[in-house]
Amino acid sequence: MKIHEYQAKELFREYNIPVPVGYVAFSKQEALESIKKLGSFPVVVKAQIHAGGRGKGGGVKLASSEQEAQQFADEILGMTLVTHQTGEVGKEVKKLLIEAGQSIARELYLSLLVDRETAKIVIMASTEGGMNIEEVAEKTPEKIIKVYVDPLMGISGYQLREVAFGLNIPKTAMKEFGAMLKNFYNMFVEKDCSMVEINPLILTSDDRVIALDAKVDFDSNALGKHKELMELRDLDEEDPLEVEASKFNLNYINLDGNVGNIVNGAGLAMATMDIIKNAGAEPANFMDVGGGATAEMVENAFRIILADKKVKAVLINIFGGILRCDIFAEGIVEAAKKTGINIPVIVRMEGTNVEKGKEILSNSNLELTSAIDLADAAEKVAAAVK
Amino acid sequence: MSIFADKNTKLLVQGITGKEGKFHTEQCVEYGTNIVAGVTPGKGGQDVNSIPVFNTVKEAVKETGANTSLIFVPPLLGADAILEAIDADLELIVAITEGIPILDMVKVKNLLNTKKTGLIGPNCPGIITPGETKIGIMPGKIHKKGNVGVISRSGTLTYEVVDQLTKNGMGQSTCIGIGGDPVNGTNFIDTLEAFENDPETHAIVMVGEIGGNAEEQAAEYIKANVTKPVVGFIAGLTAPPGRRMGHAGAIISGSSGTGKAKIESLQKNGIAVCENLGTIGQLCRKVF
Repeated sequence: MKIHEYQAKELFREYNIPVPVGYVAFSKQEALESIKKLGSFPVVVKAQIHAGGRGKGGGVKLASSEQEAQQFADEILGMTLVTHQTGEVGKEVKKLLIEAGQSIARELYLSLLVDRETAKIVIMASTEGGMNIEEVAEKTPEKIIKVYVDPLMGISGYQLREVAFGLNIPKTAMKEFGAMLKNFYNMFVEKDCSMVEINPLILTSDDRVIALDAKVDFDSNALGKHKELMELRDLDEEDPLEVEASKFNLNYINLDGNVGNIVNGAGLAMATMDIIKNAGAEPANFMDVGGGATAEMVENAFRIILADKKVKAVLINIFGGILRCDIFAEGIVEAAKKTGINIPVIVRMEGTNVEKGKEILSNSNLELTSAIDLADAAEKVAAAVK
Repeated sequence: MSIFADKNTKLLVQGITGKEGKFHTEQCVEYGTNIVAGVTPGKGGQDVNSIPVFNTVKEAVKETGANTSLIFVPPLLGADAILEAIDADLELIVAITEGIPILDMVKVKNLLNTKKTGLIGPNCPGIITPGETKIGIMPGKIHKKGNVGVISRSGTLTYEVVDQLTKNGMGQSTCIGIGGDPVNGTNFIDTLEAFENDPETHAIVMVGEIGGNAEEQAAEYIKANVTKPVVGFIAGLTAPPGRRMGHAGAIISGSSGTGKAKIESLQKNGIAVCENLGTIGQLCRKVF
């Protein structure tokens, strides 16, 4: 689960990770109050959306006077910010972070994440802060420092020093940097983060270490342990159909194509999307109703797919294991009766109780097309949208 | 023969009194699995379909001689259940539970590296040696005894593959779902090594998906160490970057973990890649 920069910085403050003084503003009035509260200049006006590349898109501006700060706040609040991560449609800016400007001597990069291969927590750091770290890793891999921490041991002093020396942290800032990194690690572990990143982490001209930016992503699987973090979720930043699907524990991702699909199991759902593409069409979504789906979940899945205006045909692909085909068929019939079907729906079922399932569908008087196998299903659905 | 589990496996089920645990215990017993005990803290002394329930794994092992555990406990208790089974020195743990926090799993994984206990999963369908034992949630009926080993990161996608194998006249030696989480126990390479050494396994199907680089490593391992024919499949070619595709581990991070890179790696290492799931049975018949 992603959160905003201003929320991440609140969390940083809780863990004594230095951040600039700043205030969140939801309106022009609040922005003005924040600017006045800061009192000195420069001031940074930052758009708060869940996407990177805000600076390049014009969502981060440095102001040297109250008037200029107010003008930037007026411009950015309510604008549709387009970055490489938002896609062409962009994101409407509904909140700002107004922060005190800093005197930057050096920009560094620091992040923590889990390395899948070694099952260690890896500290990634670089002297090349403020840049796209993927590019740095690709072009100058020698400028990336990686330190692997055994989660059973926790972080040790020598590891903090390894990172600090690797970043050429000046002697006067050594202690402060070590404490900051240790706090950063503790936050990562205690809050069950999946990724935390500071880019840039700056050294000020008077040798202080400050997190100028803050990105925090929590492990969604661990949110049950941290009820307080659930309040940080911002539904405005999520696709409305995805929010709706999440209420019913459906794994749903809205995509650009026009072939809706409902599948049980994540791997099979991905493979079904691939098959649709292979047949010359584009999937409109990823929808995994899960192995243990109930008739109610299936009904909701179907309703959500049909609510997506760009969907011109639906492919339902079920391999009945735990989820029996008859249960699934009942869900489809219920949903179709309630919502009505006015686009082609192709059904392919296999596995447990498949005969019973097919019987339920054919007795329903619904206009469903059944497919013999996967290849047949994909061809039929691709033909339906041509 | 087979790998990791056979008719001699004595199974205990952690979370046997829950809805899923109970249902799948019945299914496994019906398939012929020798389930000797169940464990649910606080329900010791009860029984589920005449299988005795114990409070702790150690007690269950002491009383019944169980050597393998099948885990159905809820996700936030999942790591604890695995740790309890490791501490009881079981030979194999099969964790079905989906949604165990990754920072819980990294601790389990680092501990496991120092122990003899094997772990399959979590977030997996389990393991089946057709005709002998079923330790998991897969539909037993679609499987047939034979000589193809199947390894997969998925559940229903594996059933699809197995179903096509069976329908094309190819039975299976053992089928293993290693799970869809980013940090798991037994990986592709451990399983490939076991299949290579198993005389009953004549050919292998490997089903991967986007995220991480386990398939790339497996491809290099196959080229260097596996003499048996291998057919590969990768799901998620149309998946957008940065989104978790249902499985916690199925995510393209930046430019790493793409389906395209995995397929190229498999092909480069001489592995036949199935590009259309609908035809994997036919492709296997041709290659094997």
